[in-house]
Amino acid sequence: MATPNTPLWEVFIRSRNGLAHKHVGSLHATDATLALQAARDIYTRRGEGLSIWVVPSNAITASDPSEKGMMFEPSESKIYRHPTFYDVPDEVGHM
Amino acid sequence: MYTQALNSSDGDDRGIEDAARAAQFQARIDDDERIEANDWMPAAYRKTLTRQISQHAHSEIVGMLPEGNWITRAPSLRRKAALLAKVQDECGHGLYLYAAAETLGTSREELVDLMLSGKAKYSSIFNYPTLTWADIGTVGWLVDGAAIMNQIPLCRCSYGPYARAMIRVCKEESFHQRQGFEIMVTLCRGTEEQKAMAQNALERWWWPVLMMFGPPDKASQHSDTSTKWKIKRFSNDELRQKFVDATVPQAQYLGLTIPDPGMKQNANGNWEYSPIDWEEFNQVLAGNGPCNRDRLAARRKAHEEGAWVREAAMAYAEKRENRKLAQAAE
Repeated sequence: MATPNTPLWEVFIRSRNGLAHKHVGSLHATDATLALQAARDIYTRRGEGLSIWVVPSNAITASDPSEKGMMFEPSESKIYRHPTFYDVPDEVGHM
Repeated sequence: MYTQALNSSDGDDRGIEDAARAAQFQARIDDDERIEANDWMPAAYRKTLTRQISQHAHSEIVGMLPEGNWITRAPSLRRKAALLAKVQDECGHGLYLYAAAETLGTSREELVDLMLSGKAKYSSIFNYPTLTWADIGTVGWLVDGAAIMNQIPLCRCSYGPYARAMIRVCKEESFHQRQGFEIMVTLCRGTEEQKAMAQNALERWWWPVLMMFGPPDKASQHSDTSTKWKIKRFSNDELRQKFVDATVPQAQYLGLTIPDPGMKQNANGNWEYSPIDWEEFNQVLAGNGPCNRDRLAARRKAHEEGAWVREAAMAYAEKRENRKLAQAAE
């Protein structure tokens, strides 16, 4: 008999105070409590973290990599969003 | 290595792929870009990686058995705690790898079922028995040493999720090799009997460990595509040679004799070993090694006896979910 699938969770860990939670991998668990415990056992055996988030994988909406050209075009083409676009006279010094 | 059965070719189905996309894909690989789960990839790339990563995962899980065998009989609390931690790491490695394999579209449950039914392979090395405590030292020193040789280049594999899982695995593997070597040092500094036990373990593990790197380059058909796709960065023979060259001085330090009287150092400083008995390797892969049946039986027993836990956890999660929905409806 085929083994039934258990829900998939994505795991995020904050490694130190002041850093953001970072994706470290995924795991299977039937509910959030078990997912948190499994995340501790699988991803933090050597002091890797101070805080864990687990998120059901199907709750994540992702952008489509094949559309990344169109998706991120605005961030490529607007050079006036960067400080180096603007001329400041040398006499003014660092700004 | 952990994916030896890959060396058989299963045909080339790239002819039916969109040629332009395939060319674009290869250009990304050639530029050392990482391929991610949702990116387009040739079906054969997906298939090769699914098999390679899942076989690697199965090897980690089956690899818990020969060592788990000694947890209750470790000679001291220090050794027992270390071995327990090591076996727990192997389980973790298996789980990181299943998660990486799943990103290619096959569920972990399906992959595990393939292993339990005997359709998917795991590394030949775990079909050998751990007869004495010295075997635990030898497994850490040589089996994990060989695994590190193989896994370090995989950290730069073209498939992102696999490469990232391998980085975590490699960080932990170093502890495994060092704890094994420490056991060997202790035995070799001990009584005559302890040293003889270490020598005996080395004699039984040496050749099977060399076989871990897979068939010789001239017999391995699959390597070309894997190299082109940057899944594999060194050939079987290159890695095997690197391992032998690193291991010979360690054996000399221990005062142990590698069971290969014909071995000699060439002008380049490489240690040339005698021909490997590939018939033994083929037999073990075909299911006729000393422990193949035991290993599969142990995995099946654990899987079947754990079924009620999986079912109960799922039923509990459903009950809680339904209660929440009922409360919300009130």
